Amino acid sequence: MSTATAEVEVVEKKAEPLFSKKNKKLISNPLDIDNPITVQVLGVCSALAVTTQMKPALVMSIGLMVVTASSNVVISMMRNSIPSRIRIIVQLAIVSLWVILVDQILKAYVYDVSKQLSVFVGLIITNCIVMGRLEAFAMGNKPWPSFLDGIGNGLGYGLILMAVAFIRELFGGGSLFGFKVFEAMGVHYTGNGLLLLPAGACILVGIVIWIQRTLNGFRESH
Amino acid sequence: MEFIKHQIEKVKPHFEKGGKWEKHYYSFEALETFLFAPATTNDIKGSQIRDAIDLKRLMMTVIISMVPCLLFGMWNVGHQHFLAIGQAASFGEKFWIGVVQVMPIVVVSYGVGLGIEFVFATFRRHPVNEGFLVTGMLIPLVMPPDVPLWQVGLGTAFAVIIGKEAFGGTGMNVMNVALTARAFLYFAYPTDISGSVWTYIGEAKTVAGYSGATPLSLAADAATAGTNVIASFNSFGAGWNEGVFTFSNMFMGIMPGCIGETSTLMCLIGAFILIATGAGSWKVILSVFGGAYAMGLLLNVIGGNAFVEMPAHYHLVIGGLAFGAVFMATDPVTASQTETGKWIYGILIGVFTVLIRVFNPAYPEGIMLAILLMNVFAPLIDYFVVSANKKRRLQRATV
Repeated sequence: MSTATAEVEVVEKKAEPLFSKKNKKLISNPLDIDNPITVQVLGVCSALAVTTQMKPALVMSIGLMVVTASSNVVISMMRNSIPSRIRIIVQLAIVSLWVILVDQILKAYVYDVSKQLSVFVGLIITNCIVMGRLEAFAMGNKPWPSFLDGIGNGLGYGLILMAVAFIRELFGGGSLFGFKVFEAMGVHYTGNGLLLLPAGACILVGIVIWIQRTLNGFRESH
Repeated sequence: MEFIKHQIEKVKPHFEKGGKWEKHYYSFEALETFLFAPATTNDIKGSQIRDAIDLKRLMMTVIISMVPCLLFGMWNVGHQHFLAIGQAASFGEKFWIGVVQVMPIVVVSYGVGLGIEFVFATFRRHPVNEGFLVTGMLIPLVMPPDVPLWQVGLGTAFAVIIGKEAFGGTGMNVMNVALTARAFLYFAYPTDISGSVWTYIGEAKTVAGYSGATPLSLAADAATAGTNVIASFNSFGAGWNEGVFTFSNMFMGIMPGCIGETSTLMCLIGAFILIATGAGSWKVILSVFGGAYAMGLLLNVIGGNAFVEMPAHYHLVIGGLAFGAVFMATDPVTASQTETGKWIYGILIGVFTVLIRVFNPAYPEGIMLAILLMNVFAPLIDYFVVSANKKRRLQRATV
């Protein structure tokens, strides 16, 4: 799973500006041609599980972005001293540290959402995006690009999550962020039960991939 | 006919290369070949096929085989309607109610499905495929008589786009398109396609004692209550629809249900047409019935609750088993392609149908899910059949 792309070879010169062209690409690529969900096809399970409503999806996206970015930075700083034979367990330890932090913060401040997300916050530890970025990017790059890469992939993940959650909550439950849209417009709307099932989300992700690949012409290399 | 042909010849240049409607050529071509046999012939060197059958003619054969089910279904919708509201009515009145209920569903199904086909054909620049001719008729036949029309449209659109076009169009779909439409509605709007929706009531008031229960729900209830299934079948409908669930009546299909699937007899007539013309595989049809019957017998032996102990032959006439076996399982695209594979595929459909019916209270009828499941496994079955064949032949080979 974690054999993600590592073509972004950042060979930094001494005085590279913080937001050089290369660094900007680290943010913008995951949003489109290198999207973690639709192109790398990582982290799909949580994308199906937490997207029935927009609020948990938003919290989940932010949580994942924080974890990815922070772990990327830490691993990147340690990259030269981690023995490669035990690197996975070191990565796991650091990821779990951040996940526990995020989990505790969610429990403290947005308890109801934390309840809704249930195990899926804890399962960020095993989210392939996090591990994938650590292996593919942070192990070979300096902290600042690694941080940007983490943010970018978190955003890419969040973008798809929000798009899927938007359709699922709007057409499945007739509301957005818990606000009953169709009722407010005075329209009677019959919720589409399929969209609320994980199978419906899977089909939606498929459609998103279809549309995206039609637009940017991406083809799987065989 | 000569007039139409003349008109078509007249506008044809506009659609050909360089004409002003060039990009709509395939839509035009679809209509032209639908009306007239293509005039193109092989030259003297090519392979000579002396048969008029092409995909369009084959599809028409399948549609003809569905006509008994459709006509009977229309009458039955009206018949059940008048029974439920407790009025006597003539044959014509019953049939007319059925026509009024069923025709809009057929029109919506064809309109939406063919519309999408034409759009995709225009964008992807390929000839319009004929696959939807059959699908468009199958979809209405597996709908409840008063299903909302927008749901039919939505389900059809979903099935054609996701079930077929996403996989590459006619002949490339993994799962039966008509059943995909039904499965979509089943999971998206369960209240409109399960429970007591099988009789068209309309605005009228139902007769005293009316119940919308189906044989499958009666059997499930009997299993929970521990009563005899056959007894509750035979006593059902007392006073307003006497003897509706007796074995012979269910075989004839004079009972509530989806529009086209109630009558086992009409499905068998369809099966006869399919088999006689070679359009459908008798192996699949026979093995679905056989698999269901064998599984029913096995359950009878094992015993357990009342549903498990229901005589096996009842499994063949309740629900949509016959319709699924004849028209859905035989779909040449999604069924197994190898001859041995067809047996395995059919038997497993029958087995799973009965298993889902008897042991899964969430899904009263199993044939839809069983066929979709086996559609997914059909290529795997073929793979094993082919590799077993290879192995056998290798052993025989003496090198």
